[in-house]
Amino acid sequence: MGYSLVLTLPEIILSASAIALLMVAAFAGDKAARLSTWLAVLAFIGAALVVPGVTGPGGIAFNGLFVADSFAAFAKILIYVAAAIAMLSAMSWFARDGVYRTEYPVLILLSSVGMGMMASAGDLITLYVGLELQSLAAYVLASFQRKDSRSAEAGLKYFVLGALASGILLYGVSLLYGFSGSTSFEGIAAAIATDGISTGELFGIVFVLAGLAFKVSAVPFHMWTPDVYEGAPTPVTAFFASAPKVAAMALLTRVTIEALGAATFEWRQIVIFMALASTILGGVAAIGQQNIKRLLAYSSINNVGFALIGLAAGTPEGVASVLFYMTVYVVMTLGTFFVVLRMRDEAGQPVETIVSLSGLSRTRPALAAAMAMFMFSIAGIPPLMGFWPKFYVFEAAVAANLTWLAAVGIATSVIGAFYYLRIIKVMYFDDPAPAFEARRDLVSSAVILAAALFVSPLGWFALEPLGTASLNAAGALF
Amino acid sequence: MIGLGHYLVVSAILFVLGVLGIFLNRKNIIVILMAIELILLAVNINLVAFSAYLGDMVGQVFAMFVLTVAAGEAAIGLAILVIYFRGRGTIAVDDVNQMKG
Repeated sequence: MGYSLVLTLPEIILSASAIALLMVAAFAGDKAARLSTWLAVLAFIGAALVVPGVTGPGGIAFNGLFVADSFAAFAKILIYVAAAIAMLSAMSWFARDGVYRTEYPVLILLSSVGMGMMASAGDLITLYVGLELQSLAAYVLASFQRKDSRSAEAGLKYFVLGALASGILLYGVSLLYGFSGSTSFEGIAAAIATDGISTGELFGIVFVLAGLAFKVSAVPFHMWTPDVYEGAPTPVTAFFASAPKVAAMALLTRVTIEALGAATFEWRQIVIFMALASTILGGVAAIGQQNIKRLLAYSSINNVGFALIGLAAGTPEGVASVLFYMTVYVVMTLGTFFVVLRMRDEAGQPVETIVSLSGLSRTRPALAAAMAMFMFSIAGIPPLMGFWPKFYVFEAAVAANLTWLAAVGIATSVIGAFYYLRIIKVMYFDDPAPAFEARRDLVSSAVILAAALFVSPLGWFALEPLGTASLNAAGALF
Repeated sequence: MIGLGHYLVVSAILFVLGVLGIFLNRKNIIVILMAIELILLAVNINLVAFSAYLGDMVGQVFAMFVLTVAAGEAAIGLAILVIYFRGRGTIAVDDVNQMKG
């Protein structure tokens, strides 16, 4: 028992700080919002530092309910860093409109506890509780700007469709439990390995994958993404596009590889379908978008499709490429969203249209250069960092005899490049739109600079350590 | 004699009713919240029936977790619905259409 508590130390740190900050919120009110945000950042740093210390080969807590292996450690560090950075963007953004509340960091902390549990789930019960903890906090975050009807509508849509997805997932979980006789991933894997896969288990797998596809926003369960990304306040969208995506992808990987490893043939067909549909729809539907947040929503659907190609391989290299993909994706997405957060007109009102980026290279050359780098990188143009995750994903697919899948993936990546390049064309070649307000924001400039340096060829120095760490993490699942 | 199969059929019917309730309902969002509860109840019937059939307590423990989380979910859903109603003055499903595309 004591040992189990040590293994869950990162979660304990985060939940204890969330409760403490809730007390601060109750007694000090919104005056303490900035202070509690920085305290929450400290909690994230503390939790991320503790993670490598408590992982080990024997990292099984609470009789297998909770697993603290190197896979969970990789995902958790990425989640905590992404959540902390996304949280920092909120401070100045909400403060401008006078609605920044002390509850914001608390909700992000609680959501991150859920995400950590998702990455560490070793049992269907932990899976469900972690997923719900993450989702329930996220519904509230989406509707955080209560007075804005678009934010409330985003929260409502997210809630209804999210609850439906949880229901579908749970139905699959109940079937999987009933027909395999166990809720632990190990027990399910053993049942499938000895008796083969029964019809009931197959139904369970389909429902579980459908529910998880919703959480990673893979086609055909993507319909909430554009609306929620557009309607939610931009810092919240930045958060949704980064940390929860990593957590859901880690959970999907763990369920498919650890619990359903013996049924690879069955789930691979579903994952391949989701991957292809996501890359194609994410690429095609983004072309006509006028709103930058909506466009980035389709971009995230497209990117999830590429990561799923790596998962479809079902090999340690494939899982490593998924982790590597999510790492680079998170950096590029956060960088892009920090640029979007800078988009405010002279009066200080946030603008979200792509047209308002026109001629940005003349009014704000540094911002335009950073945005151009992120766009080139997400499109996967070689000297930039974004090329490598796509390369590894396709390499893993080819190695698993899925060459046709890799070929289709490359073709859809070219379609996707069209709309990323369109943003660059608008910024560099169109007549300038009214300039954005010039305002110094040290935190945001530092994040944009760091992300731009990472995606630049300088990021190649990170290739080897990241590659080793992701391969090591993937090894824990096999 | 009522066996496992009967329970699974009832639960499947409730599940389908819940899903249909979400998609076919054009009137108001409260009905959607009820449909979500119906889905979770279907899951609970499944879990408890399997638990009794297998002679394994885990399913009943799981059902307790589902009940608890469902209560939290309903509370958050109603809270979001209230702020939505304050802003728009309606909870008709067809009016939730400010964002499209």
